[in-house]
Amino acid sequence: MRPTRREFLIGSVGIGLVSAVPMGSASATPAMLEEAIRNVLGESNLQKGKITLEVPPLVENGNAVPLTIIVDSPMTEADHVKAIHVFNEKNPQPHVISVALGPRAGKASVATRIKLADTQRIVGIAEMSDGSFWTDEANVIVTIAACVEDVN
Amino acid sequence: MARTLINVPAKAKRGEVIEIKTLISHPMESGYRVGTSGTMIPRDIIRRFVCTYNGGEVFRAELSPAIAANPFISFFTVATESGMIAFEWRGDNGFAASEHAAITVE
Repeated sequence: MRPTRREFLIGSVGIGLVSAVPMGSASATPAMLEEAIRNVLGESNLQKGKITLEVPPLVENGNAVPLTIIVDSPMTEADHVKAIHVFNEKNPQPHVISVALGPRAGKASVATRIKLADTQRIVGIAEMSDGSFWTDEANVIVTIAACVEDVN
Repeated sequence: MARTLINVPAKAKRGEVIEIKTLISHPMESGYRVGTSGTMIPRDIIRRFVCTYNGGEVFRAELSPAIAANPFISFFTVATESGMIAFEWRGDNGFAASEHAAITVE
């Protein structure tokens, strides 16, 4: 549901973004991305490395973009990947996929196909069994957008 | 029942890491598109995917509208024992589908 003008203004003032968010825009913002990531992290810090996002740098059709996430981990009982989260910057919602893994996975690698509404940044986060979080980013150029196109 | 396509090796060595590929037919309607009548098309997506190996959960995914239509998910698991690998999808409007594949571990 699109927020009313009043709700929108109240919400925007709270996060100081009145001018940054166009009214009625069906697009997530970097602030929404940050918030979604913060919800996953809690008080923990994000470190670069260990996780790799494999996604083509340029795609013609944003309706199905192959995405492979690989995390460097021995996947043992003592040291394994607990979860992988993927977020995007400009789709209507920042969340893409969250997966729960364990030592039974043997290998921390997941592949899927995603929709991208615009040329944008994708962020992957790996949560390890020791409580640390690792991140990687990928930039994708999209020529035909998905998610919000009209059906005609 | 939605059509599904599962790729699980029929045989594996004990302890071998096997790749599992799954595909299910589903529109994954994002809820952000405007239809021919000018109104928003309501959201209709798969929210959850779970894979169990002889009853024990080995993989779980939470999907958002950003997953492409006909969701494809591929992941790995360790072949521990012979038995059944089961898959379950759940989504909006009471959507539910399940599939299973047998595996022989030597």
